[in-house]
Amino acid sequence: MKKRVEYLTVTENKKLTDSFFVLKVRSGGGLPEIKPGQFVQALVTDSPSTFLRRPLSVHDVDYKTNTLSLLVQIAGPGTERLSRLVPGETINLLYPLGNSFTLPVTGEKVLLTGGGCGMAPLLYLGRKIKESGVQPHFALGFRNRSRILSYEEFSALGPVWLSTEDGSEGHRGFVTDIPAFRGDKWDKVYSCGPEPMMKAVAALCRQREIFCEVSLENLMACGMGICLCCTVPTTSGNLSSCTDGPVFNINDLKWQTSG
Amino acid sequence: MADLRIKIGSLELRNPVMLASGTCGYGSELEDFMDLSALGAIIVKGTTLEWREGNPYPRMAETAAGMLNAVGLQNKGIDYFEKNIYPRLAEYDTHVIVNVNGNTIEEYVELSRRLDRLQAIPAIELNISCPNVKRGGMIFGTNPSSAREVISAVRKAYSKTLIVKLSPNVTDITEFARISEEEGAEAISLVNTLLGMAIDVKTMKPKLSTITGGLSGPAIKPVALRMVWQAARAVAIPVIGLGGIMNADDALEFIMAGASAVQVGTASFIQPDTAVRVVNGIEKFLVEKDFDSVSRITGIINRI
Repeated sequence: MKKRVEYLTVTENKKLTDSFFVLKVRSGGGLPEIKPGQFVQALVTDSPSTFLRRPLSVHDVDYKTNTLSLLVQIAGPGTERLSRLVPGETINLLYPLGNSFTLPVTGEKVLLTGGGCGMAPLLYLGRKIKESGVQPHFALGFRNRSRILSYEEFSALGPVWLSTEDGSEGHRGFVTDIPAFRGDKWDKVYSCGPEPMMKAVAALCRQREIFCEVSLENLMACGMGICLCCTVPTTSGNLSSCTDGPVFNINDLKWQTSG
Repeated sequence: MADLRIKIGSLELRNPVMLASGTCGYGSELEDFMDLSALGAIIVKGTTLEWREGNPYPRMAETAAGMLNAVGLQNKGIDYFEKNIYPRLAEYDTHVIVNVNGNTIEEYVELSRRLDRLQAIPAIELNISCPNVKRGGMIFGTNPSSAREVISAVRKAYSKTLIVKLSPNVTDITEFARISEEEGAEAISLVNTLLGMAIDVKTMKPKLSTITGGLSGPAIKPVALRMVWQAARAVAIPVIGLGGIMNADDALEFIMAGASAVQVGTASFIQPDTAVRVVNGIEKFLVEKDFDSVSRITGIINRI
């Protein structure tokens, strides 16, 4: 798919928690095909300390209204500035970027698991999986009850198991402690979240020989494969997270020893 | 219409705007956003004899009006380049220049000899200014006798247009400009990145795996401009100016300071078609000010 730079119009900016918000932006000319796992690079204006674009995962896509949802965590002045965008303002996006998750085939049992900002690509992935006729299941981990994100949206697509570190909702502990994760037989597991979480998911999947893809959130400058800054060590050498990823099969990552 | 053509040695460029090495991949990465034939040249990424994996992650830190990088010349080496990349570069309707690197003089010479044989590569940019490698690179470009030695050796091995890319991490840039000219370079390009560093206060660790890295972006533009002005007054060969060019006005500053051509680098990360916008902006300026060619304003500040 051809990449483009485009001004999109903000239609909604919804605060989810103190540090997360969902930005909905509409393309006047119509959205290109966007695959689950792909991301955008957002230009931030009026933020003097922000020089580079900010990579943001596509949370959901509505082709009927040509609207993209972006789930964003406030991590610094750039994303803080984006949190203050109001409907009617425009945002300059470079997109669609990156590869995508491998969709399951009919009859497979699939689990989508993530934590924190890692929720972002899993909603659209779940929607595409459901559209393909496969039932998605979700295992989502949060620090505590007040940090739970987009629960209703995920529930609309399939069963959701929750874990919280303090036990204030769902299972106490991490996503890998959720009984259904350990107990059921999964054909494909997809994961996005903090690296320790993904490494724990990867270790479990490797042990049980389950197909597993993870989406990495490496620091990047360009998003187009020209700066080579978001490098990922893989079994075939250093690759770029922005163009060779962000989705990688765990068997291609050098996580075997450190996982 | 203004005449945008310029000459670098025997090489004629349709306009003075190039893509800087290490910021445009092999050109194809930016083809969704612009027609490469609208540019004077593209300088593809730093190439070495052997396959290099580059430095460990993290390799990048955003800084005030710029960024630090420590990529470390990641590339697949000349054999892979010749077999898998060169054939499609040969199809481009713009000049393709290769940025040449090595650990030793022998490696620079061998690589230059290999590139001399590639018909569709009319020029090389000798990189003696990479700050992110333990051997070679800036070590050659910050020592006058080493610089002379490597330029002289490559000159003997390479028959086409030779551009030397200079490091700003020196006390007197004119010394290196003169050495390049004396040893037979047709042009010099400057500046490569400035050596810098950044620390994450929260983790109390350096932000780059290599601790230090190369600073680029608008933060370095005044320094780059000053060095281009100094170098252009010191030598008769063309100077190619780069360092923090984000738009046509930035490029015009370099040209007015004495640059015959310019390179767009880090700006492409943010606005991928910056280089084409720079070409159009330069032409618009010339037409508005009634200059019939870009060469009329090259070094104009020294003439007024």
